[in-house]
Amino acid sequence: MRWLSRSYLALVYLLLYVPIVVLVIFSFNDSRTGYNWGGLSVRWYESLFSNHAMVQAMWNSLWLALTAATVSTCIGALTALALHRYRFRGKKVLNGMLFVVMMSPEIVLAISLLGLFLLLGLKLGYVSLLLAHVTFCLPFVVITVMARLSGFDERLPEAARDLGASDFTMTRTVLIPVIMPALLAGWLLGFTLSMDDVVVSTFVSGPSYEILPLRIYSMVRVGLKPEVNALGTLLLVFSLAMLMLSQWILSRSKQ
Amino acid sequence: MTRTLLSLSGISKQFSGKTVLDELSLTIDDGEFITLLGPSGCGKTTLLRMMAGFELPDQGTITLSGVDITQTPPENRPLNTVFQNYALFPHMSVFDNVAYGLKMEKRPKAEILERVEDALAMVQLEDFARRKPHQLSGGQQQRVAIARAVVKRPKMLLLDEPLSALDYKLRRTMQVELKRLQRELGITFVFVTHDQEEALSMSDRIVVLKDGYIQQLGTPREVYERPENVFTARFVGQTNFFPGRVTKIEGERISVDVFGLNRELGKPSFRVAMNQSLHVLLRPEDIRVLAPDDAEGVAGKIVERNYKGSTLDSVIELEDGSHVMASEFFDEDDPTFDYSIGERVRVSWVDGWEWLLAEEGDEPLTDEEELAADDAEH
Repeated sequence: MRWLSRSYLALVYLLLYVPIVVLVIFSFNDSRTGYNWGGLSVRWYESLFSNHAMVQAMWNSLWLALTAATVSTCIGALTALALHRYRFRGKKVLNGMLFVVMMSPEIVLAISLLGLFLLLGLKLGYVSLLLAHVTFCLPFVVITVMARLSGFDERLPEAARDLGASDFTMTRTVLIPVIMPALLAGWLLGFTLSMDDVVVSTFVSGPSYEILPLRIYSMVRVGLKPEVNALGTLLLVFSLAMLMLSQWILSRSKQ
Repeated sequence: MTRTLLSLSGISKQFSGKTVLDELSLTIDDGEFITLLGPSGCGKTTLLRMMAGFELPDQGTITLSGVDITQTPPENRPLNTVFQNYALFPHMSVFDNVAYGLKMEKRPKAEILERVEDALAMVQLEDFARRKPHQLSGGQQQRVAIARAVVKRPKMLLLDEPLSALDYKLRRTMQVELKRLQRELGITFVFVTHDQEEALSMSDRIVVLKDGYIQQLGTPREVYERPENVFTARFVGQTNFFPGRVTKIEGERISVDVFGLNRELGKPSFRVAMNQSLHVLLRPEDIRVLAPDDAEGVAGKIVERNYKGSTLDSVIELEDGSHVMASEFFDEDDPTFDYSIGERVRVSWVDGWEWLLAEEGDEPLTDEEELAADDAEH
C-alpha cells in the first residue's frame, strides 16, 4: 500500500512537472525539430532577442501587467476598505457584482468589453487592454484584501485614533502596513492574470499594441517553434523570481 | 477637595432601536479610580466608548474640565484607552507602539526616546523595547498597552475590561500593579469590568449599571454592605434573601419576623408599614451556623459543603425548603471543623448585620445576569 500511494504521488508530480522540464530542456536544444536532441545551444534565445517584434511584445506585456496590477490594486484596496468599513445602500449588490465578474465566462466579458469600447469609439490598443485587464483583475484583488480585513482587529484603528492619529494618518501608519501582505498578494495575482490572459486580450487589443500571449498564440498557430520554448523558460524563471520575491517580502513583514 | 473632571449629563444611546443608555448622568472626580460594573449588555462599554469618542450619544452632553467634548473626535480628546484585547499594532516593535502617541504629537526625537523609556520602565519592560507584540506573553502585552496609553500623560485613563484575558493569578498581580500606577501617576482611572471582586478591591467608587441605568453609585463598602436595590445586592457578591414581615414599629426601631424568629432592627431608610413584607439580606459570611441543640436560630440541615481554603462554604436547607448560603472562616479554636451532608444545624446571625430592602416587583436575575455574576466570582 505504501509504495502504491508513493508511486501515485510521484505520478501526479511527474504529470505536473515533466512538460515544464521538457520545455526547459528543449529550449536549449540545437535541433530545429522538437523530437530529437541536437546538442546544447542558446541559439533560440538569441533568435528570440533578435526578433524585434517579440521583444517589443514582451515589454508591452510587462508594462501592461505592471500598470493593470497597480491600478487594480489601488481601486481594489479602496473598494475592499469601503465594503469592510462602511454600511451603505447597495453594498450587497456591489459585493455580488464582483463575483459575477469573476464567475462569468471570460468570453462573455471579452465580447461585452469589445462592444462597450466600440460603442464609446475607443481606439483598441493599450488603453482598451488596460481597462479590460483592470476589470478582470479587480475582483481578485478585492477578495484578497477583504479576506485580510475580515481578520483585522477593529480595535487597531480605534487605538490609533485614541492616540491622536487622524483618520488619514491612521490609514497610512496602521491600516495599510497591516494589510500590506494582502495588497502584495493581490498585486501579484493581478500581475500574473494580466500577463497570461489570451481570451479577453484577443478581443480588445489592436494592431498598435501587441502583447506576448497573443504573439505566442499566433506563432504556435503555424507550428511549434523552438523560440517558444525559450520564451516559456524565460517566463518560468521570471515567475519563479516573482514568487521568491513575494515570499521574501512576506517573511520580512512577519518579523 | 475634589474637582469634577468629566461629567456626563442626560446621555442616551440607542443601537438599532434598542436603548443601551437611558438619560444617564454621572460625574467623575479628578484623580479617582471609578469602576463601571455590570453584566454584559448593561451599557458599561458603550459608556466608556462614549468618553473615548468612539460612539456619539444620541442625546446629552459630555464635558471635560468644563469644556464640551460631546462631538470632539477621539484624536482630540486628552484621554487614552487601554483596550480589552490590548490592540497593539502588530507591525511595530514595543518601542514604536509606545512612541506612537508621542509621534502623533510631533514631539522631538530625544523627548520621545526619554518618555518611552520612562513608560516602559514604569511597567518593567525596559528590556523588551525591540520585541514585536506577538513575542510577548499576555501579561506583557497588557503592560505595553498601559504604557502606550499613559505615555501621553492623559487627564484620564479609560480601561475596557483590561484584565479579562489574563489568568487568575496574573490578574491579581495586575490589579495591584494598576492601583500602584494610578497612585503614582495621579491620573483618573475609569475601569470597566463585570468582575465584582475586581471592582470591590480596586475602586474608590463603583457605578453599578443595568440596562442603561445606574443602579447604585457609591464606595465599594456602600455597594457591598448597603445595596440600594435587589439587583445590586444580587450582582455584587453573594447574598441570602430572607423573607421578612414587619410586626412592630416603634420610633426608630422595628420588629421583623424572619422564619418565625422575631428580630428587632433599626428602621430602614425607606418607608415601612405594619405587616409589610421586605427582604432581609445577609451575606454568607454574616451567617452563624450553630449546633442543633442551640436555643437560638432556625433549624436546618447541610445539603452542600465546599472547602475553599480559607473558608468553609456550605448550603443549609431550612425546614421550609429555602436555602441559606454560609461562609465560615477557620479560626484557631477549631482549625479542622467540617460538616457532613445531612448534618443537622441551626442558622442564625449577629444582630445588626442584616440589611433591609423593600420588595420591588421582585424580578429574579435573568440567565445572562446569573451567568455574568457566576463568571465574576471565578
